[in-house]
Amino acid sequence: MDCAKKTKLVLLSCGSFNPVTNMHLRMFELARDHLEDTGHYEVVKGIISPVGDGYKKKGLIEACHRVEMAKLAVESSSWIEVDSWEGRQADWQETNKVLRHHWEELLSREQGTDVVGTVKAGRKRKRIDAVSISNKRKHGKMEVAHKGLMHKTDGPHLMLLCGADVLESFGVPGLWKNEDIEEIVGSYGLVCITRSSFDVDAFIQGSDLLWPHRHNIHVVREWVANDVSATHVRRALRRGHSVRYLLPDPVLSYIQERRLYTAESEQTNAGVVLAPLQKHAGNHG
Amino acid sequence: MGRIPLVLLACGSFNPITNQHMRLFELARDHMHHTGRFQVVGGIVSPVSDSYGKRGLAPAQHRVAMARLALHGSGWVTVDDWESRQPDWTETVVTLRHHLQKLLGQQPSAADLQMPHSSLEGSSEPPQLKLLCGADFLDTFRVPGLWRAEHVEELVGRFGLVCVSRGDLQADRAVHESDTLFRHRHNIFLVREWVRNETSATEIRRALRRGLSVKYLLPDAVIDYVREHQLYTWQSEQRNKDAVLRPLGQQGAPSEPLNDS
Repeated sequence: MDCAKKTKLVLLSCGSFNPVTNMHLRMFELARDHLEDTGHYEVVKGIISPVGDGYKKKGLIEACHRVEMAKLAVESSSWIEVDSWEGRQADWQETNKVLRHHWEELLSREQGTDVVGTVKAGRKRKRIDAVSISNKRKHGKMEVAHKGLMHKTDGPHLMLLCGADVLESFGVPGLWKNEDIEEIVGSYGLVCITRSSFDVDAFIQGSDLLWPHRHNIHVVREWVANDVSATHVRRALRRGHSVRYLLPDPVLSYIQERRLYTAESEQTNAGVVLAPLQKHAGNHG
Repeated sequence: MGRIPLVLLACGSFNPITNQHMRLFELARDHMHHTGRFQVVGGIVSPVSDSYGKRGLAPAQHRVAMARLALHGSGWVTVDDWESRQPDWTETVVTLRHHLQKLLGQQPSAADLQMPHSSLEGSSEPPQLKLLCGADFLDTFRVPGLWRAEHVEELVGRFGLVCVSRGDLQADRAVHESDTLFRHRHNIFLVREWVRNETSATEIRRALRRGLSVKYLLPDAVIDYVREHQLYTWQSEQRNKDAVLRPLGQQGAPSEPLNDS
């Protein structure tokens, strides 16, 4: 009987969640099933991290609402929760920064629960490793740092959960910094839910940046299409069409009570440049 | 000059009922309301009886119970178990006739139709009952021997269809290619669901058999019920494995309910 120890995983999902829908929630369920089916993982937590208002996406309503709706959505979940840190930041935070924040939180929690003195010293070393990633990157020791991150700790690993569209967006000029992509797929890892139209394997194959970390990119094939997007939900709401059963009832009630999504709200940030594009203007390659 | 009060009836296995089924009602109601001619006053889910003989069909009492749990907070769609309690499988047209008679014959009451007493009373038009279905249903008319011509005529002529389909042209084509459907095209309402959402009851049963999550695809209360009664297993999928589907086992075979696999 194979009693190999399973790696504990925490899945972090970043995004607008404008609003959260059943599709977002399904991604977590699909990811967990897929990862646990490999026999190597135990998924212990899911985190929804709605983006801050500083992202400046068109139609993005206030973070406080998006966080509250997400909380309502996961009320019935035993393992998915919402974190409002990113949403509360005034400036937009790059995804790898959000990952770092949550990774440090996870590590410090690991330290907190530990009572044996000798092991504590060991854990302190791991914490330094995590924080010194950026230093090691400067000295071109990224490879070593990644391995250090993954293998030295017994605590849960943190991975980014996303749709194939996020992976695809890695190719959009000026949207991501190469070293950030490197950190995401190298230090952490990606769990990517495919929308059937996009060939994820081909994309990874064709990317020199992603290919070395292909073992850290888990592709979850969604056999049955579920394209119900937040964009579609907002459009339906604007037109007075029902969105019932596309998102949890408590979220729907929240939206209706506050009349959140209107033609007017869709004009928020109209003509404004998306934060990542603003930030990376001039950074090409 | 009021709108015509309209009730939508969906026949099918509901094995189990899913969010997708309930979406059909929502989409249909919006569409019919936006024509300006109708006021949708009710929806009825009518699960097929066990004698339908479809593979993997869970017992009717469970399918009815799950539908009731799912529609508990609906406010306008109800579950009717008349069809499921009939001794033999019932043709769709017979079910429609039964419900229309009930609709017309009774004094309108809020309890029966889940809507304010005034909605029916206010209109000078008699209420109508239409069949709610998917695009696949229209294709069944072409299967030789499956439908009696007079039943198709009655279905689309006397009652009418509200057909929800994807953004492709499958339903349009089916209407175009059938003289009967074409003749009654004004009583066939095609509703587009632009986003693909193919999470069917078949997929859900498959996931359940494999111990995979179906959360957010159907209401939690229904998932709990399925687990409690251990409804969908590899074994249950073998039920009716070698049986002939009831409509096909009958000569001059009547209609096949909502193709909802």
